[in-house]
Amino acid sequence: MELVHVESLGKLRETFNSGKTKEASWRRSQLTGLLKFLQEREEDILMALKHDLGKHPVESYRDEVGTSIKSVNYALQNLKYWMSSKKVKVPIAAFPTRAELVPEPLGLVLIISSWNYPIGLSLEPLIGALAAGNTAVLKPSELAPQTSSLLAKSLPAYLDNKAVKIIEGDAIVGEQLLQHKWDKIFFTGSPRVGRIVMSAAAKHLTPVMLELGGKCPAVVDSLSSSWDREVAVKRILGGKFGACGGQACIGIDYILVEKNFAPTLVELLKNKVISMFGDNPKESHSIVRIVNKSHFLRLKKLLDDPQVKNSIVHGGSEDEENLYIEPTILVDPPLTAPIMTEEIFGPLLPIITLKKVEDSIGFIKSRPRALALYVFTNSETLKRRIIAETSSGSVTFNDAIIQYACDTLPFGGVGESGFGRYHGKFSFDAFSHEKAVTTRSFLVEIWFRFPPWNDHKLQLFRSAYRFDYLGLLLVALGLKRS
Amino acid sequence: MAEEKKKKIFNSESAHALVSELRKTFNTGKTKSYEWRVSQLKNLQKLIEEHEKEIIEALQTDLAKPEAEIHVGEIGMLKSSLKTTLKQLRNWMMPEKVKTSMTTFPSSAEILPEPLGVTLVISPWNYPILLSIDPMIGAIAAGNVVVLKPSEVAPASSSFLAKYLGEYMDSSAIRVVEGAVPETIALLEQKWDKIFYTGSGRIGRIVMSAAAKHLTPVVLELGGKCPVIVDSDINLQVATRRIIGGKWACNNGQACVSADYIITTKEFAPKLIGSLKHEIEACFGTNPIESKDIARIINSNHFDRLSKLLDDEKVSGKIVYGGKRDKSCLRIAPTILLDVPEDSLIMNEEIFGPLLPILMVDKIEDSFALVTSKEKPLAAYLFTNKNKLKDEFVSTISAGATVINEVTIHLAVHTLPFGGVGESGTGSYHGKFSFDAFSHKKAVLYRSFAGDASVRYPPYSNGKVRMLKALINGSILGIILALFKLSKD
Repeated sequence: MELVHVESLGKLRETFNSGKTKEASWRRSQLTGLLKFLQEREEDILMALKHDLGKHPVESYRDEVGTSIKSVNYALQNLKYWMSSKKVKVPIAAFPTRAELVPEPLGLVLIISSWNYPIGLSLEPLIGALAAGNTAVLKPSELAPQTSSLLAKSLPAYLDNKAVKIIEGDAIVGEQLLQHKWDKIFFTGSPRVGRIVMSAAAKHLTPVMLELGGKCPAVVDSLSSSWDREVAVKRILGGKFGACGGQACIGIDYILVEKNFAPTLVELLKNKVISMFGDNPKESHSIVRIVNKSHFLRLKKLLDDPQVKNSIVHGGSEDEENLYIEPTILVDPPLTAPIMTEEIFGPLLPIITLKKVEDSIGFIKSRPRALALYVFTNSETLKRRIIAETSSGSVTFNDAIIQYACDTLPFGGVGESGFGRYHGKFSFDAFSHEKAVTTRSFLVEIWFRFPPWNDHKLQLFRSAYRFDYLGLLLVALGLKRS
Repeated sequence: MAEEKKKKIFNSESAHALVSELRKTFNTGKTKSYEWRVSQLKNLQKLIEEHEKEIIEALQTDLAKPEAEIHVGEIGMLKSSLKTTLKQLRNWMMPEKVKTSMTTFPSSAEILPEPLGVTLVISPWNYPILLSIDPMIGAIAAGNVVVLKPSEVAPASSSFLAKYLGEYMDSSAIRVVEGAVPETIALLEQKWDKIFYTGSGRIGRIVMSAAAKHLTPVVLELGGKCPVIVDSDINLQVATRRIIGGKWACNNGQACVSADYIITTKEFAPKLIGSLKHEIEACFGTNPIESKDIARIINSNHFDRLSKLLDDEKVSGKIVYGGKRDKSCLRIAPTILLDVPEDSLIMNEEIFGPLLPILMVDKIEDSFALVTSKEKPLAAYLFTNKNKLKDEFVSTISAGATVINEVTIHLAVHTLPFGGVGESGTGSYHGKFSFDAFSHKKAVLYRSFAGDASVRYPPYSNGKVRMLKALINGSILGIILALFKLSKD
């Protein structure tokens, strides 16, 4: 296995060294290829996602196919600007100096994607890598086998095979790939594996980007208008059960709500779950199933704790054979139970009640920083406080998940939820080196820069660094002394 | 008092306690305020202003650095960095509004910088004051608490920093830990929110491995062999002076961006060597090893390391100028070697000293392949008047920075990011880039409850797919069409 990698990786490097991938025309051709793949193979993609995750075509299009198409188009539209060098202002003391920032590709990059959005999380980074002019290896998750297979078998027809390779496999293959020297590694997945990736990268000083997860809280203020409540509840449920069945890094993990409003919220949520997913959600085909047995058992275990079980107010039924857990709502499970200390990544929605909604700030601050923070409120004060007093990858007000679709916002974590950011131009930057280019002429020398040193030269330097140009001139002319 | 502090052992427990204490301070929110950040930056200004004499003493003790170099390379740079930061800080702290598209309509969005938390700065011995305080300026400006671990290889500077940062700065948020390997290891075992390391690739790997355990992002400012490509039709005197400025007048070659080696054509080499000899003596006198205008070698370890490079049998007979050594005062004369073999020691490690190998090629264009066959350096330099060569240089050579017709001056341009790529490092700083290096840029999206697209939610239907396609692609026509075709959901 390893020998194969060495040889094919060598070829990818050769391609990069030939300079071909730096050309704008090449980059465009690859982006166009990705677009064609998404458009021409839409059916196959939707089928693969249905097979691997039971994802409904609407959800697949909304969250993976549609967003990827949008991102490719955005990259194509902006590529010329992104590739251009940017002039930089230079202090007069350094005149005449020209300076600019020139983006250049890093080289050969590795993209490791996860199973929950196997198309989106493979293609989004790939868009950035190719737009930035790199060669790339994509290792899709083996836990979404049909999608992985589709990418490995069909995508190559749309891309330059001498520059992009898709390598399928499990953790062992992943580990083998990590032994090689890459110019960047982009990883989406769990913190546990994130540590393994970064440790391996450290041996080669390879820069990494880690898109991890965390427990993304949704703070729900007491909303008075029935319209607001209706919309909020739809968005909350959409951001939980409608987001890969709760298996999303930016999915709502749990809710924080004031005690007084909790009963109202719970009622609204229960009713909306039924109207969205029917009386028997399993039959609705509108909710993603649990990805595999191991995750199913993990989630089952979260509910086994009797205190947790007692806090269930809706749902709770399980079907191991079909890897199905009913959309479940819990109120105030113990904060020390794993369901409240680990990322749930499943269709269990705990609601934690607080005396005052402002207490949510302290609650959030005392826990690891999440990838996303959601707040449903009309209070400008609460909004301001949450932004100023908490830290998270992102904050979204009165909605959930949708920030993923915004090309102008950086997408990435902080602390335990990861580091680095992408989407839009940030993807291009993530896979580029911004090279500083400075040009001077031979005319006009700062003659006092060179030894032998004396007090006069020293004076000149003091003035120069203070940007004290008049002083500089006077000293230079011998009209001013220390 | 100082003695007591030195006797205390700084181990893993101490490091843990230190980080906890600083985290408590950070969690109070004190360091986020503009006023606090400005007060600390102003304290740094005062420190530098009031103790310039002591800075010069420390650097002369550690490196025999000429006073002018100290003003240019360390004090001056810090003063201008502080000035820029204080002037711009309010701007940098402000949220950046960004445009939103049809896809999230109606919405507004912004990117908000916030501090990362508890940060660690590890600095090297060659510019011990500058490379300790400059990253700290970024950490403080961004609202973090910070621990500095200065290099023990520059002990006078390390003491200076421990003493005066202790006196001038808010010690509940800013601390200095002196020490060597054991203290550094104890610090690296802790959970930091960012680690900023300047030094060698070997230790850089150790820092990144330690950071990986806690998923801590790092900035690694490393080094490399910075090449200087010298074309023939140039103003030779100016170019020579600039090369000298970027080698022997730059901490005696002990700088990450120093000119490491030269590549020129066989034809031009003799002229270049002649000019170098002439200008070196104009700068440093007829016996350069005795000149007070050159810093000395930092310590006997490095002296021995450099001696070994000269004693390598592969380079015997290649010295065309200099070569004198004096271990007692840790000095090696400005030395030029010509035509050393590719596999010699001197061509396979970062020199970091006063030895300048010159490699020769037939055509100047051949120099590019030579450079790209090595690891990416922190900086690459080219002297030429040919525009075509300049363009090819910039597009072919990947380095932290590329500089044309000058050496090392790009450091002083605070609007340029200073950092490496590949083996020369990851991340960058200076000016706003320092602020950014120590910040998290939080994405904030404001949505209202009005304008809800029911197509987003279950239960799903085919009509919804059409509408979604139109919405996501921001196509108004598509939306209208889909609306007409949309069946009741």
